[in-house]
Amino acid sequence: MRDATVVNREGLHARPASRFVDRASTFASAITVQNVSRDGELVDGKSAMQMVLLEATQGCVLRVTARGGDAHEAAGSLAAFIEAGFELDPHQNTQQPDHAG
Amino acid sequence: MLEAEEYRIPYRTVPAEAVQDELARLASAFEHALEELSTQGEWLKTNLGRDAASVFDWHVGVLKDQHLRDNIENLIKDKCAAAAYATSTVMLNYQRRFMQMTDPLLVERIRDVQDIEKRLMRHILGEAREDLAHLTKPAILVAHDLGPTQTAQLPDTKVIGVALDAGAATSHTAILLRSWGRPGVIGLNDVSTRVSGGDLVIIDGSNQLVIANPDDATLEEYRAQEVAYHKLSGELDELRDLPAVTKDGHRIMLHCNVEFPTESAVGVRKGGDGVGLYRTEFLFLRPEGPPSEEEQYEAYRQVIRGAEDRPVTIRTFDLGADKYTQQRQYEQERNPMLGLRSIRYSLQNLDMFKIQLRAILRASVHGNVRMMFPLICSLMEFRQAKMTVHDAMEDLEETGTDFNRNVSIGMMLETPAAAVQVKEFCREVGFVSIGTNDLIQYLLAVDRGNERVSQSFSGSHPAVLRSLRDVVRACTQAGIDCSLCGEMAGQPLYTLFLMGIGLRQLSMAPANIPEVKKLIRLVTTAQAQRIARRALSFDTERQVTNYLRDETRKVLPEDPI
Repeated sequence: MRDATVVNREGLHARPASRFVDRASTFASAITVQNVSRDGELVDGKSAMQMVLLEATQGCVLRVTARGGDAHEAAGSLAAFIEAGFELDPHQNTQQPDHAG
Repeated sequence: MLEAEEYRIPYRTVPAEAVQDELARLASAFEHALEELSTQGEWLKTNLGRDAASVFDWHVGVLKDQHLRDNIENLIKDKCAAAAYATSTVMLNYQRRFMQMTDPLLVERIRDVQDIEKRLMRHILGEAREDLAHLTKPAILVAHDLGPTQTAQLPDTKVIGVALDAGAATSHTAILLRSWGRPGVIGLNDVSTRVSGGDLVIIDGSNQLVIANPDDATLEEYRAQEVAYHKLSGELDELRDLPAVTKDGHRIMLHCNVEFPTESAVGVRKGGDGVGLYRTEFLFLRPEGPPSEEEQYEAYRQVIRGAEDRPVTIRTFDLGADKYTQQRQYEQERNPMLGLRSIRYSLQNLDMFKIQLRAILRASVHGNVRMMFPLICSLMEFRQAKMTVHDAMEDLEETGTDFNRNVSIGMMLETPAAAVQVKEFCREVGFVSIGTNDLIQYLLAVDRGNERVSQSFSGSHPAVLRSLRDVVRACTQAGIDCSLCGEMAGQPLYTLFLMGIGLRQLSMAPANIPEVKKLIRLVTTAQAQRIARRALSFDTERQVTNYLRDETRKVLPEDPI
């Protein structure tokens, strides 16, 4: 389980959500995400629809939980991905996912 | 199934053994939608750049969303829901979730969800969704509602029956359906949610019933009824060449109401003595906009030709309220029935009005033609409309065009104001034609198209009966020709009353002429007068209806009144 803050201005809208789901789908573990700031429900991190429904705006803290063989790696990678603004801003020094967590 | 602008998916379940088919249908729809999207996505990326295409990435993501897919599949498996209904339900739930969000950027995603839903639906429904004009074989049309414009197009399609959720017996859609001459059942509330594209449906117009997926016995019974119906209408048709004369020798003229130019010939074949009401507005309710003067002239000539020297009464266009031209249907009025409609609309669109008047004046040369204006409320309106006729005459004179200068100009008497002022109107009008549909609506303050109150819409209300008596009496005293068009004229329930108060000319849907004629031929004027007097003595609608029904049944015991 890892917490990460949404940094990009538009928040977790459609595009970042698709990118997150793509990344999450590379892991075998089941991924759930919760918007802690809104005390929201747990959603499936591999669901494009559900991720948008998190309603995660800039500054919201997301709790990424992974269950499975690569759980540790997955949680770390995805949390870093969130904090890197989903690697969307071309001006930002894009970080590669930190598989070491 | 006809959907309006959007796909609207009715609740429908499938038999348990069809669940696998529905799941396969769903899987195939997802697969095709994804294929289609990836092609479009590639194109967008090449032509518009990655950013524009990236919104499609989310669409792709949603279509690949296992969670979403599970939700839909569970609904199919657990509830035996049809794939279309399950998809639409799940997607609607998501739309609701987005609607509750505060971030405007996210609320905007509703459109994407709708877009995805439509894409899926297109693949699920496939050819089940058809365009009326492109039907290739006979079909029954089931829809929530039909506008008069769509209804007006029915005769040119392969539709053989209609069932609608909305509507009341006297709405314009209903009137059009009746004149169309094929079975239509309206005001069913939820028929469109109970029937699905491809279902076998029986439309029983006489009993206002719709039977979906009938068993063999029912089907057989209805096939037999269909034969019997054609036999009965054949018998009534035998009355065609006999005049509507009472037993004591009084002739009642039975005219027909006509919506489409071709109907005037149909009316004459049914035994009509002329065209008592030609509703010209249906020429205007078409996608290509108002007809030109030439087009109108040709349509009016066709009506006149079809009437074969019998009198024809042309009503100038009655637009507004529930009958909108293509251009006007988006301009919402808070209260259209009390708004810019009928003659008011004509007088505010004088150019359009004059084009019609010129066409009528020119066509009048070819037959026995009268013209009248709808919904006159004041003498000023009538005078203004009449002045416009004179302007149109001047236009025609200037160009040396042939027209009938002596065409009789009358009014529809269909507002309480006109009924109260009938004596004054009688000094200025060429003739009076009572329009009971609007008169009842305005007198009783009931919207006849609103199924929640339309049961209060009744010609038997004592206020209606007395108004009719007063108007007919005033016209008779002034020596003004008075006729009645509107639904009451075609309902056998009212025939005896209307004769009894002195009406000698009734105009109705061609299909009603044989039955009304049959009734007239079985009574005397004295009998009708006695019945009218008695009907006028009651103080409630119920008593009037019961009394008139009893009296009519005594004369026509075998007919369902």
